Amino acid sequence: MRLAADGVRLAYGDKVVVSDLDLQLTDGSFTAIVGPNGCGKSTLLRALGRLLRPTAGAVLLDGRAITSTPTKEVAKVLGLLPQTPLAPEGLTVADLVARGRHPHQSWLRQWSSDDEAVVTEALTWTDMVELADSPVDALSGGQRQRAWISMALAQGTDLLLLDEPTTYLDLAHQVDVLELVGRLHTERGRTVVVVLHDLNLAARYAERLVAMKDGVLVASGTPEEVLTEQLLAEVFELEARVVPDPVTGTPMVVPVRRLRRRPG
Amino acid sequence: MTAVAPTRAPAAGPDPRRTLRIGRLSTAYRRRQLAVPLLVLLVLVLTAAVSLGRGDYPISVLDVLRVLVGAGDDTQRFIVLELRAPRTTVAVLVGTALGLSGALIQTFARNPLASPDVLGVTGGAAVGAVAVIVLGGATTAGRLLGGLGLAAAALAGGLLMALLVFGLAWNQGLDGYRLVLVGIGLSAMALAVVRYLLTRSTIQDAAVANVWITGSLNGRGWDQALPLAVALLVLLPVSLALSRVLGALQFGDDTARGLGVRVPLAQAVTVVVAVALAAFAVSAAGPVQFVALVVPQIAVRLTGGSRPPLLAAGLLGALLVVASDLVARTVLPESFPVGVVTSVVGAPYLLWLLVRGRRLATL
Repeated sequence: MRLAADGVRLAYGDKVVVSDLDLQLTDGSFTAIVGPNGCGKSTLLRALGRLLRPTAGAVLLDGRAITSTPTKEVAKVLGLLPQTPLAPEGLTVADLVARGRHPHQSWLRQWSSDDEAVVTEALTWTDMVELADSPVDALSGGQRQRAWISMALAQGTDLLLLDEPTTYLDLAHQVDVLELVGRLHTERGRTVVVVLHDLNLAARYAERLVAMKDGVLVASGTPEEVLTEQLLAEVFELEARVVPDPVTGTPMVVPVRRLRRRPG
Repeated sequence: MTAVAPTRAPAAGPDPRRTLRIGRLSTAYRRRQLAVPLLVLLVLVLTAAVSLGRGDYPISVLDVLRVLVGAGDDTQRFIVLELRAPRTTVAVLVGTALGLSGALIQTFARNPLASPDVLGVTGGAAVGAVAVIVLGGATTAGRLLGGLGLAAAALAGGLLMALLVFGLAWNQGLDGYRLVLVGIGLSAMALAVVRYLLTRSTIQDAAVANVWITGSLNGRGWDQALPLAVALLVLLPVSLALSRVLGALQFGDDTARGLGVRVPLAQAVTVVVAVALAAFAVSAAGPVQFVALVVPQIAVRLTGGSRPPLLAAGLLGALLVVASDLVARTVLPESFPVGVVTSVVGAPYLLWLLVRGRRLATL
């Protein structure tokens, strides 16, 4: 067990967003968290990445409460990519990826040959070498996301949390980004947790889906187990047909219509 | 098939990352990050030498430099070291502190329009100083206090106001946007207090207060230089030590935390250092306009990169204040406040850099 939520309650001020949630993420797994807008999936991901402190329960990283582990130690094991990360104007891709080495550096050791090798490798692996000297703000949305993933790779963490990495991307670039994340998992053995909106892409790339509604974990299992017509009706209030994806055989959701909102 | 030239933005330019490794020490830099501060330092020394030579008894630049390295005749030594050096020293220290402070605050707030002014430092210092000038003359005790304590009152006012801004803006950490808004609100209130005090003052006091508010080096000497020098001796190394963390902090808070930065601590230290630098500078020479705002932006355009370089910003700040003082003393009528000139010199230069940058980008 690499990362686990143990009875966590998450709140912004007085507003409880997630209550009493348990979740175990095994080493080398690829999990997608899905659910309707406002179900608390991004909030859960923030807590798993120690950006939000649970008001009850605990997030355990390798069996130890993540909030009582020095943040720099966490940063060597767990990397995260926020939903819309900010890159300062004028920062080049190479500088951005180099910043991924921050947790491994110190006052004396600001740019070791290890750092340089890892960054070069990360740029090569994400196919960003040619864009290394370009400012991040001049990149297209898809390229920018590749740059951030490259930075996460340079951080060299076993675990990687991504919050909706495909937001604002066209379908081709969504597939491109998820292919890259999938390769991080299959080729580099990373444990990946990703919040995704697109159920078909989630089913295609993740080994395991976690469905949430109103701050509660509703279902967890393989895409086949989770993406049923009954669950779609219950969680997304969507009448839909689930057919095998003609390309991969994973479940594919074909929406029929929105179910009427229950009173209250 | 025609070859398509790679579309590289000019910002990247031919200035690659270089590496320096000595034993276990290692760092990366770009050539301009070293060349610009060195060049600015050289221009600063020459400008200061010119400034030290100008006055009722002109001394050539070479003679000034000779005095500065310990040679020269007694008359020249007296004039340069005893009469003129104190004022120029204050100019160098004030400029360095304001440039550094601006670079720190703009990096922290991720906003090129942020400056110590918006954190309430200037407003608070003005209330302190103007209160001493206006109310101090009324009583004997006040007059004594006014003579000794103008700088102290300004320092206390600036620090107290910044503390108030922090207190109101703090919400489980510092949000740059919230801090700037609170700062603007409280600065407006401070300005109202200053205006009220000015309406209650005699015309002579009002004139003195106005010169102080503009920022002036007239009559400044070792008394002002010493506290500022001590403050810089402590705060400059702290600022430079913060540089690495600032590199991560300039991303969003979430990303910085993900990289292992203790964000609230790093933010608090950055802002406290920036506020202290500004408060000491303002207490020495008044709120010299525009230096903290414009110098970091000029510095980042000279060195390239994504955030104001600290050392270059400090040196450029010193250069701007020394050069403006030179202009104020020689070109303009006697006792012209340096704060007017810094705006007049600094603003067009920034505009020129901006316009030139835009042309380069569209080429």
